[in-house]
Amino acid sequence: MDKNIFQINLIGYKSLLRKEINRIFRIWIQTIIPPAITMTLYFVIFGSLIGSRIGAIDEYPYMTFIAPGLIMMSIITNSFGNVVSSFFSGKLQRHLEELLVSPMANITILLGYVSGGVIRGLSVASLVTIVALFFTNLTVAHPLITGLVIILISICFSLAGLINAVYANNFDDISIIPTFVLTPLTYLGGVFFSIEMLPGIWQTIARLNPMLYMINSFRYGMLGISDISITTGMTVIVTFTVTLFIIAYYLLKTGKGIRD
Amino acid sequence: MHALNIQDLRKVYRNKVEAVKGISLQVEEGDFFALLGPNGAGKTTTIGIITSLVNKSSGKVNVFGYDLDEKVEMVKTCIGVVPQEINLNAFEKAKDILVNQAGYYGVTRKEAKKRADKYLELLQISEKANQISRNLSGGMKRRLMIARALMHEPRLLILDEPTAGVDIEIRRTMWAFLEELNQLGKTIILTTHYLEEAESLCRNIAIIDDGHIIENDSMKNVVKKLQREVFNLTFEAEVGDIPPFEGMIFQKNGSHDVSIEMPTKGNINSLITFLSQQGLQVNSMRPKRNRLEELFVKLLEDKKNHG
Repeated sequence: MDKNIFQINLIGYKSLLRKEINRIFRIWIQTIIPPAITMTLYFVIFGSLIGSRIGAIDEYPYMTFIAPGLIMMSIITNSFGNVVSSFFSGKLQRHLEELLVSPMANITILLGYVSGGVIRGLSVASLVTIVALFFTNLTVAHPLITGLVIILISICFSLAGLINAVYANNFDDISIIPTFVLTPLTYLGGVFFSIEMLPGIWQTIARLNPMLYMINSFRYGMLGISDISITTGMTVIVTFTVTLFIIAYYLLKTGKGIRD
Repeated sequence: MHALNIQDLRKVYRNKVEAVKGISLQVEEGDFFALLGPNGAGKTTTIGIITSLVNKSSGKVNVFGYDLDEKVEMVKTCIGVVPQEINLNAFEKAKDILVNQAGYYGVTRKEAKKRADKYLELLQISEKANQISRNLSGGMKRRLMIARALMHEPRLLILDEPTAGVDIEIRRTMWAFLEELNQLGKTIILTTHYLEEAESLCRNIAIIDDGHIIENDSMKNVVKKLQREVFNLTFEAEVGDIPPFEGMIFQKNGSHDVSIEMPTKGNINSLITFLSQQGLQVNSMRPKRNRLEELFVKLLEDKKNHG
């Protein structure tokens, strides 16, 4: 008699998620603490020391203005980093085969890894928010949008991490995207400034950066201010998330980089 | 019922290498089946296809009546696989590896923990349950991989060279364990380089060479084809030409070393007496244990002779 495939996938998902959570907290010195230290330094240097000379942006003290961007930056880097390193190490040590030979559906494997990325992103974001509260007062102007943006962006970058891991053949391949793509785009995406501060042509160029829409959507959720309309911001976030989901699922389904 | 039924299976990799060239094979339920072949013959690719780690180019694979193309989840549920290379998560504890693996097959955590304790005990690694796999010895890792493959209690267990690099004592313990599993009704497919291993465990055998099955018969019949065996002799003094004796073939390997090929039922006492009569005193005599190589050579010669 056929086993209940739904039951297999449900228990399989829980097992994979538990494994991912155990991994995050087993190596907490690598996964949780460094981002918190980095963000504390950002708050001290950019917020407290330099920020006091910059003054207010959109009526908010500079420290408060950069806080949502820094929280979002930690979500992006940690969601991405968690999935890319976990999936790639599974590929490298070949224990990913444990999942590939199992009856779990590709979608379940995808959801398991993405959930791990979301949990790491949210854990680090919570810690960074606590750190931020030592430096400034934070409010949440639009809780629903704030929550939605956090979840969608952590899903989006977890998916990006998985896609990167599928194509990666060595450790260099998993550091190229964070170093040469994510970090520059995040820095230029308005974490530390409003694009209103940029000269004309640079404002137009800045609008081509998808990070701008992500960071500003989150800033809108928290502070109620944004350089772009929230509708455009949410459209960009949803479009990216759905597109990356389709690509990641296709790669798992076809076995690109993981099945011969 | 066939535990495994493969029809005209082919695999061409992207680099155009054709690893499997139309293999057809049946393994009966409850069998202990050996899949033998030299490196690069297509064994691991065949197993990869059966276990969904390799996408086939064409052909049909059926496991306990489930078609791999239509019911892949059911096929996977029926199979437990022990791969050739160690593929354990180096930083995960032995017991966690087992419990998680069971979860991927839908086994509840409570039941998975029970089974993990059972298989760790049966494979004599229970004292290492809370060690990360990186700290286990090679033999323990192999046994942990067998335990992992059994966690969902599959009907078909596929072992791809499970005893490679394992010392003889552990190898024999593993053999005894596998025999017991087979006696309990589990179908087992074993690939190995050691004909002795296949000979002592398996009832039926298929031999793959260059992507083709060149032999598929009962172990008894295949071994019968090895009607001659070879001994390596070392003599006290330097050896000259040895005259012919009772269908034996002498081949000098060095000034003191000679290989002697003789019928399996040849009389060793009469050989020693004969050599003494020639003034040759034997210092040591060792059987040449590469029977698999001999078998391959013989099968390839037969194939060539029969076109």
